[in-house]
Amino acid sequence: MGAVKTIFRREFSSYFASPVAYVFLVIFLIMQGLFTFYLGSFYTREQADLVSFFTYQPWLYLFLMPSIAMRLWSEDRRSGTFELLLTLPIPTRAIVIGKYLAALAFAALALALTFPIWITVNWLGAPDNGVIVTGYLGSLLMAAAYLAIGAAMSAITKNQVVAFILAVTVCFLFLVAGLPMVLDTVGAWAPETLVLAVANLSFLSHFESLQKGVVTLGDIVYFAAVITFWLWVNRIVIESKREAG
Amino acid sequence: MADILLEARNLSKHFGDLKAVDDISLSVKKGEVLGFLGPNGAGKTTTMKMLTGFLAPTSGTAYICGEQVTSENERARARIGYLPEGAPLFGEMSPRSFLMFIAETHGITGREAEDVIESAASAVNLEKVMEQRIETLSKGFKRRVGLAAAILHAPDVLILDEPTDGLDPNQKHEVRRLIEAMSVDRAIIISTHILEEVDALCHRAVIINRGMVVADGKPSELRARSKYKNAVTMLLPLENAEKAAAALKGIKMVAGVEAAHEGELMRLTILARGGGDIADTIGDIAAVSNWQVSQYTVDPGRLDDVFRQLTEKDV
Repeated sequence: MGAVKTIFRREFSSYFASPVAYVFLVIFLIMQGLFTFYLGSFYTREQADLVSFFTYQPWLYLFLMPSIAMRLWSEDRRSGTFELLLTLPIPTRAIVIGKYLAALAFAALALALTFPIWITVNWLGAPDNGVIVTGYLGSLLMAAAYLAIGAAMSAITKNQVVAFILAVTVCFLFLVAGLPMVLDTVGAWAPETLVLAVANLSFLSHFESLQKGVVTLGDIVYFAAVITFWLWVNRIVIESKREAG
Repeated sequence: MADILLEARNLSKHFGDLKAVDDISLSVKKGEVLGFLGPNGAGKTTTMKMLTGFLAPTSGTAYICGEQVTSENERARARIGYLPEGAPLFGEMSPRSFLMFIAETHGITGREAEDVIESAASAVNLEKVMEQRIETLSKGFKRRVGLAAAILHAPDVLILDEPTDGLDPNQKHEVRRLIEAMSVDRAIIISTHILEEVDALCHRAVIINRGMVVADGKPSELRARSKYKNAVTMLLPLENAEKAAAALKGIKMVAGVEAAHEGELMRLTILARGGGDIADTIGDIAAVSNWQVSQYTVDPGRLDDVFRQLTEKDV
């Protein structure tokens, strides 16, 4: 645990070593605002809830989470600190987890900074705060899944831009798997169970039920499984890149 | 045997068909500085990466203080101080926070960490730049930060990959002095292709070529393998030189004579056949023949010559 904490602290503070982190936070909040108020018609809906806030988050995260994760490993591989890290007397999994948690904490911070919208909706009406809490939980879980993919993709290449594009691509597949467009195409030739399986793979379906205030074990297990799987992939990629130098 | 701190047994590393390292065995005792020599691409860095557990050997094993080195074995890694090639660092950190990070990974925290950082930093003269961003430091300072990180946990074994590469002569001198000071109760292995380094620092040198050990011995022993061993060099006026060269070539003990102009004078290097002792004989002849010799030196052998001889053949 000590090793995870050490790595976490270094990685988290390295986000703030350049102005990029602050620029990112500002962009995130502006985009989130645009999505909520324009696309989500927060005011004209005249509903005291955060549906318009959460609805477009899967699409916003599609680009923002990979940009948080892209430097996690590729930067170390480019600068040679990859070798430095892997020859320290700490287990590789501690580095994988520490780095991942640092990215997650940064995403959580960005999400936490959206609190004014929560104050606003409470001030304007009487929302169901329980639903809002599960909404935030769902949002964080989805961010965590995106970041796990992004971290694994970042280990594949020394180039951050390539890491970003790979991550967006993989995240996009996980996202659209639940869209009717995709499901109809699959449903045209595949058996029912396969359609269901594809639909179940999607972030969207699991995210949506959490938005409705429903916390099922299934959704939590789904996100936990996706995260674990991609962290495992991350570890495998690192072991193979160690050989390639 | 107890004070062998670093040992490699039959290490090999193949990348596809390429045998980057081919059956290398070596050991370093406590208090010993081993120079690991070879031309670029000979497998020095690959060997070091296996010694530190970064790369898994295709076959063979490395031991640090009796612990087998693997990418899983953190106990072995804890006893190594490693300066990777080019001394990679986190540019956005300050030396202080970087060294604090390294200390924490070794399980050193709080007051103790501050102490070890203080002493490592003063050992490499970093005090003035401790709060600057590493990326703004000069190459020499960056190298020192890397060295401080390698030594702060007082490791038993130091593995330094080209520690003076890219430094100016003053910085090189300083780094060598530092390595010398640290060698007392450690085993140190430094890779280099700079031969003066070996003379200045190393108790023993291993030369590798194409992944194989081609020589292993004290620098003086290696030097003695040179064709220049016991060669006599003298400086004499041009008009006498030709005559002298012709006369010397006739002597049985002389393997050859090399000549080089030096202004009004000529420098003759007389090679000894089989590295035998020819100094007295040549000296006597020179005195009797009245060649007006102005400088007269006996060569102990040249490391660069041995290095070339061992690593250039069959290329």
